[in-house]
Amino acid sequence: MSDEKLVDVRNVNIHFGPLHVLKDVSLDIRPGETVGLVGESGSGKTTIGRAILGICHVNSGQIDFEGKDIANVAPRERTGDAARIQAVFQDPYTSLNPSMTIEEILTEPMIARKIATAAEARDRVRDLLDQVNLPADAAHRYPREFSGGQRQRVAIARALALSPRLIVCDEPVSALDLSTQARVMDLFIEIQERTGVAYLFVSHDLAVVRHISHRVAVMRSGRIVEFGECDQVTARPEHPYTKRLLLAAPVADPVRQADRRRAFQELEAEA
Amino acid sequence: MTETTASIPAAGPQRSSLTGLVLRNPLGLLATALIIVVLLTAIFAPLIAPNDPAAVQIFKVNVAPGDGYLLGGDGSGRDIFSRLVWGARNTLIGAAIAVVVAALLGVTAGLFAGYFGKWYETASSWISDALMALPALIVLLALYQALGASIYLSMGIFGIMLSPGFYRLTRTLVKGVKNELYIDAARVSGLTDMRIIIRHILLVVRAPVVIQTSIVAGIAIVIQAGLEFLGLGDPSMPTWGGILQNGFQNMYNAPLGILWPGLAISITVASLVLLANAIRDAMQTGAAPSFRTPAIPAKYAAATPAPTPEEGVLLDIRDLVVAYPDGNGWREVVHGVTLQVRKGDVVGLVGESGSGKTQTAFAVLDLLSTGGKVLSGSITFDGEDLTKKSETEMRALRGRRIAYVPQEPMSNLDPSFRIGAQMVEPLMNVLGLSKAQAKARVLEMLARVGLPDPERTFNAYPHQVSGGMAQRVLIAGAVASSPDLLIADEPTTALDVTVQAEVLELLRELREEFHMTVVMVTHNFGVVADICDRVAVMKKGEIVEENAIGALFSNPQHPYTRMLLGSVLEDTEVRAYRAPAAKGNAA
Repeated sequence: MSDEKLVDVRNVNIHFGPLHVLKDVSLDIRPGETVGLVGESGSGKTTIGRAILGICHVNSGQIDFEGKDIANVAPRERTGDAARIQAVFQDPYTSLNPSMTIEEILTEPMIARKIATAAEARDRVRDLLDQVNLPADAAHRYPREFSGGQRQRVAIARALALSPRLIVCDEPVSALDLSTQARVMDLFIEIQERTGVAYLFVSHDLAVVRHISHRVAVMRSGRIVEFGECDQVTARPEHPYTKRLLLAAPVADPVRQADRRRAFQELEAEA
Repeated sequence: MTETTASIPAAGPQRSSLTGLVLRNPLGLLATALIIVVLLTAIFAPLIAPNDPAAVQIFKVNVAPGDGYLLGGDGSGRDIFSRLVWGARNTLIGAAIAVVVAALLGVTAGLFAGYFGKWYETASSWISDALMALPALIVLLALYQALGASIYLSMGIFGIMLSPGFYRLTRTLVKGVKNELYIDAARVSGLTDMRIIIRHILLVVRAPVVIQTSIVAGIAIVIQAGLEFLGLGDPSMPTWGGILQNGFQNMYNAPLGILWPGLAISITVASLVLLANAIRDAMQTGAAPSFRTPAIPAKYAAATPAPTPEEGVLLDIRDLVVAYPDGNGWREVVHGVTLQVRKGDVVGLVGESGSGKTQTAFAVLDLLSTGGKVLSGSITFDGEDLTKKSETEMRALRGRRIAYVPQEPMSNLDPSFRIGAQMVEPLMNVLGLSKAQAKARVLEMLARVGLPDPERTFNAYPHQVSGGMAQRVLIAGAVASSPDLLIADEPTTALDVTVQAEVLELLRELREEFHMTVVMVTHNFGVVADICDRVAVMKKGEIVEENAIGALFSNPQHPYTRMLLGSVLEDTEVRAYRAPAAKGNAA
């Protein structure tokens, strides 16, 4: 059972004009698993997510979802579970249409996928809001009336509307305040444990990825340089670049940070 | 601390609808009223016009107003008033034809071109450019010869000629929103392109298109009147342009005859333009409420005496209150902050968004956003109260003794000037160096902040360097005048983590080298632990706890500090993977 793969990305290459942004990338996600994807800006981590979502052209390679290649299949042409792959994006301020109410935002995927009539979809809104701990009276309000954390909860509720087996989360907490971030992370974990949804969790923050992931992949310049069990990659990395990432992130403890800084400088000196 | 019960604050003034805002603007109300009058006149022309517009009464040729002809008679003895009333109908139908044709063609083409781009955009832009290059009036005159005297046909063709205006506007707007994340989210949800355009994109272009429509309607009326004035209309149909022409021919017999159609045309066109302006103003007001500076409440008036400077304290903030105008009162964002920064220290100002940390720092720099004001309290810098300084004195102080490093390096460099030029100028202004001296100093500083090729960076434009390099450039600029105090607002937040480590290291070295005192605004406790000596934790405009970092991290006193430190995701237990029991779907 644990060898079953929900998503199997194999040797994917993507070019943006002259830029080779993904180079032979391979990655798999098991059902109910979180795979963290860490990297710095321009590493191509967001592009993998977009390729899986079907909103980015793949030049070569395969993306198997439940055994079927979905690379270059646009979301609206997907069928079965592949049609229910959802996303939560980074910026909660631009990922919700400012001129639609929360109810319109949440019912739209259900109506578009024809899994519910408009009336049935509206009935589900309360349940969706409840799942992300938002009050039911949020339905008739507009996104601008909510804080960043609350908007991100709306985005999560929208992703849940189709009962997905996979959600691509692209930096979903990096625009949030520290305490909000922690609560939204807990919500992600709680939903996964309850529903068995799998996450591809893209982030630049190793600590965030460690908190939620079962396995972690590290990207640099379009390649995956390390992919393994979460604890190993985030605590005892093998690849020099992962080590550098780990030691560069300041830890919230002056004494340990002094050690970490020293270790980072030693690593830099070696390089 | 759950968000379940978190109240959702009532939204600000932008709640009021666009229509409401337009009608509350006196000019908007007047323009709307006049347009409605003209529209009603056009619709109910048969009921309003007292006479048949074509009926000729030979003894009323050029008769003065009165005697059954409200505005007098024209050169053929027809009732000018009745002709104007019917003219409103014909003129508006003509203008409407032009506007509808222009908007339908232009908006549709613009939506598709903006959304799909590629060959579609290339082709439609060629057509649009070609149409714009054609002189409209000459085309209309030529077609009049070919197609005959139908003003409606002419206005239809004029509509095609006007469509590039709508096309370009719509295409630009669509390109602006099509990369928004909510469009991606809609695609992921499985919406078809048509549905995305109708549901998500059309909403955005709606208001600007209404404005454009109003302006184009005005243009169409003027051009139509012009064509008829040149005699290109259907003489049997009363229109404003036709009446004007008739009046013009009779000007020496009945000078008033040109006044009425002239008034009708200019009032209608002016109303349309004013309405467009009112809508535009309303849209902008919706985004940013207009500022009227309300009176400062008496409770702030009591002057706080600046404290006597304490030995070794460089920056002494006492009971600082910062507020922004909000309706008829003030909304405080910093409520009485007191903080002492000793010479040579790095003090972290840490908190979540809305905690007032940036506002406190900006109050020191005297760089509060529009309307922001220090209502009470004092900011003593090296023995002088900054709140009592004039704008000029502050400008002299900033850049020379107090420097600033912003959060977004790229948006703080002007993209149209070379980096070197942007750095040389402030040094010449602030330090009074010659151009050559300033350049030498800039190159020296660029080398000092670790840029591998200072000369090349000096000659580069901002877009040619990376974010990390841009931040080094800004740090070089800030430190170049050897300031006493450096205020850094989230200086590493926009940077990658490895670049952040390098920039923090650089700040640490520069601080030693230049004996700088640093106030570091940040939300990141890792950054605080790395570089700060002391830290003040802010919450909702107040400092809840202030301490040396060792004590603050090992023994946080305030519950809020403990909550924040508890939210730091570090050394958490790693989750163990279990395959879901059944083929599990979300709820």
